[in-house]
Amino acid sequence: MAIDWSKYEPGDFYDEIISASGNARLPARRLVNYLNSLGDEELQARRSAADVTITQMGITFTVYSDEGNIDRAWPFDIIPRTISLNHWQKTAAGLEQRLRALNLFIDDLYHEQKIVRDGVLPEYILRESKNFRPECVGISPPFGVWAHICGTDLVRDRDGQFYVLEDNLRVPSGVSYMLENRSVTKRVLPDLFDSDRILPIDDYASNLLEALASLSPRRVKRPSIVVMTPGIYNSAYFEHAFLAQQMGAELVEGSDMVVADDDCVYMKTIDGLERVDVIYRRVDDLFIDPEVFNRESVLGVPGLMRAWKKGNVALANAPGAGVADDKVVYAYVPQIIKYYLDQDPLIPNVETYLCVNDKEREYVLANLDKLVVKPANESGGAGMLIGPHSTKKERKRFDELIRKQPRNYIAQPTLSLSTVPTLVDGGSLEPRHVDLRPFIIQARKTYVTTGGLTRVAMKKGSLVVNSSQGGGSKDTWIVDTGSK
Amino acid sequence: MLSRVAERIYWMTRYLERVENTARMIAVYTNLLLDMPRGVDIGWYHLVTLNDAEDWFEARYKVKDERNVMKFLLSDTDYPGSMLSSLRWVRENMRTTRDEVPAESWEYANEMSLFVQENLQRGINRGTRHEFLADVIKNCQQLLGLFEGTMSENHAKIFQRLGRNLERADMTTRILDAGIGILVENKEHLLPTTEQIVWANVLQSSSAYLPYVRFQRASVKGPRVVRFMLEHPEFPRTIAYCIGAIREDCEKLPRSDRVVRQADRILKSRYTSLDDEEGIPHSELSDYLNELQLRIAGLHQLFAETWFDLS
Repeated sequence: MAIDWSKYEPGDFYDEIISASGNARLPARRLVNYLNSLGDEELQARRSAADVTITQMGITFTVYSDEGNIDRAWPFDIIPRTISLNHWQKTAAGLEQRLRALNLFIDDLYHEQKIVRDGVLPEYILRESKNFRPECVGISPPFGVWAHICGTDLVRDRDGQFYVLEDNLRVPSGVSYMLENRSVTKRVLPDLFDSDRILPIDDYASNLLEALASLSPRRVKRPSIVVMTPGIYNSAYFEHAFLAQQMGAELVEGSDMVVADDDCVYMKTIDGLERVDVIYRRVDDLFIDPEVFNRESVLGVPGLMRAWKKGNVALANAPGAGVADDKVVYAYVPQIIKYYLDQDPLIPNVETYLCVNDKEREYVLANLDKLVVKPANESGGAGMLIGPHSTKKERKRFDELIRKQPRNYIAQPTLSLSTVPTLVDGGSLEPRHVDLRPFIIQARKTYVTTGGLTRVAMKKGSLVVNSSQGGGSKDTWIVDTGSK
Repeated sequence: MLSRVAERIYWMTRYLERVENTARMIAVYTNLLLDMPRGVDIGWYHLVTLNDAEDWFEARYKVKDERNVMKFLLSDTDYPGSMLSSLRWVRENMRTTRDEVPAESWEYANEMSLFVQENLQRGINRGTRHEFLADVIKNCQQLLGLFEGTMSENHAKIFQRLGRNLERADMTTRILDAGIGILVENKEHLLPTTEQIVWANVLQSSSAYLPYVRFQRASVKGPRVVRFMLEHPEFPRTIAYCIGAIREDCEKLPRSDRVVRQADRILKSRYTSLDDEEGIPHSELSDYLNELQLRIAGLHQLFAETWFDLS
């Protein structure tokens, strides 16, 4: 029996595949026709094939628990999410614009701080920033770029419009899963890649490699590039290994490298010490150099900052780039784009209340049960209050936290994340909420992934898409529909 | 290749070989027991002293009987040389070098690990031990076969071979020493055939019985067996073969002069005072084997200095 779409009810949300009138949206038309042609059994068979493929390919992520760390198979839903090429091109332009402006902003903060002097960004934001690194003042990395790899989280609201939820400028992860999702989908839905015009995504690793190579301080033909990982216990270790492999780069840990008397970085190989030109580091700022930051860190390399400051090694992302990852800074990004580029933002922000401003704080405190409250400098969804799902006790705690440190909190309305049909236990398709994380690379050139990583909340009604909390993922198709 | 990766691959196969050799050693002892005249004490505790593990053992057990020795060698997770501990290190080293080893290795290693954990009791009980140990050896050979048959001839493969051959050479000295140990322990009530049984078992523990017979075309005699296990250039578990293979592999690696010289030194150090017609000078040979162990340890030390511990 074919799929019964009359029972598919996205309700009040924007569904990306099925329109309010119950028809397939343009970029999803071939997909829906194809799904209709498959019986329930066939659909289940494809799903099992995907599970087997994922296990065989060893696509895992690490979950921390009391019993130790376990590698879990990557949770994946076979129904792809489709976006029209036309819509995507505008979004990609907006992402490029945003990252360009943010890099100009970071570079300014570590030099003249014109944006503060011109009164566009309040001085207190910088003064109280947790991720501003005084050690980086005066440094000029190549091309003036600090955040080379950025993973921006986008959501689609009821109106079908993309909004930026947050900019991840430190060590964003997920791109390997984006690539693996496509390989799995090609295996389980191969027919559609023949008939539909789905844009390829597999140029990411070569673009990343080219960007990293362009940062090399030595003008050599094949600069030595490494991926620096905190090690196998990191939840994104799979990705670190994957990217190193795809780029043909060494996967190194801090202890594999030394900074010698000449202030250059070397890795320890069986051939002896070998000069390192570019480090794609997936270790947080505070742990990269125990001489400068966290003295207890065993993940870092003593002297790394010294080598970087002298221009003997490139670090991507540059230390200090996280200053723009502050959620209070986020609220100012529209002004930042205007200030540096003299343009209006192509992708809007989600409406954001800054608790540091008296009026906005009053509103937030009066509406804690309706809003999402986020700490300004955490990543990965830590320390949040989701108003509609919170208890009285939690709201009271946040009331106190906000009054005590208003600078550290922002609030946003609870979002109406868009939905995509998802195969649920029992075998039927139900709407589930999704977000999208495209990846933007900036070095000599700028590059945006074709689509990105779609994360999906597998539980009914849930808005939590994190894989550590029951989220899954889908392949993301940018479909050329031929229309302008 | 990164020093750390090379070192982990090297230790992965060292531990894998150690798992297999632990099984082989226990098998010799268990077999011998069946062939020995009544009253002969084959000295289970000797298996502990052979591995220089007396301190570990005595911290945990009082009675030095078969059961405790078995529990110690197979399942004691506090003793780093036990089968279970070695397996853990195989997996740990493999886990961190998964890009360098065949994709199936992780699955094989997990299966073996699970098998050993679930069947430890079978190894501890004498009645089921033989089958258990044979399965363990089979599992180890399966992994080694996978490496041999599917890895490109690159640095990773060389280091996995170095680990295997070094551990194997070391264990060959210990297995010979085990034979001597049993003979010394039971000097008083040895039958004329006992010596032959012991040496035949030594050969069998290394799967060397048939190669020995084919090569020697003569009966099993202590001096010949010892010479075979030390000097035969073709059988892959002899000292000459293992160290020769190490030498050859090292020549393919960068900056290996010192290591190659050390390997040469071992290859040249023949044990000469063996006469087929006379018995084996037990304590003298035992001293020689100890000396050999130290030289092999010296070889490892040079690996570490040359390729692993850079600063």
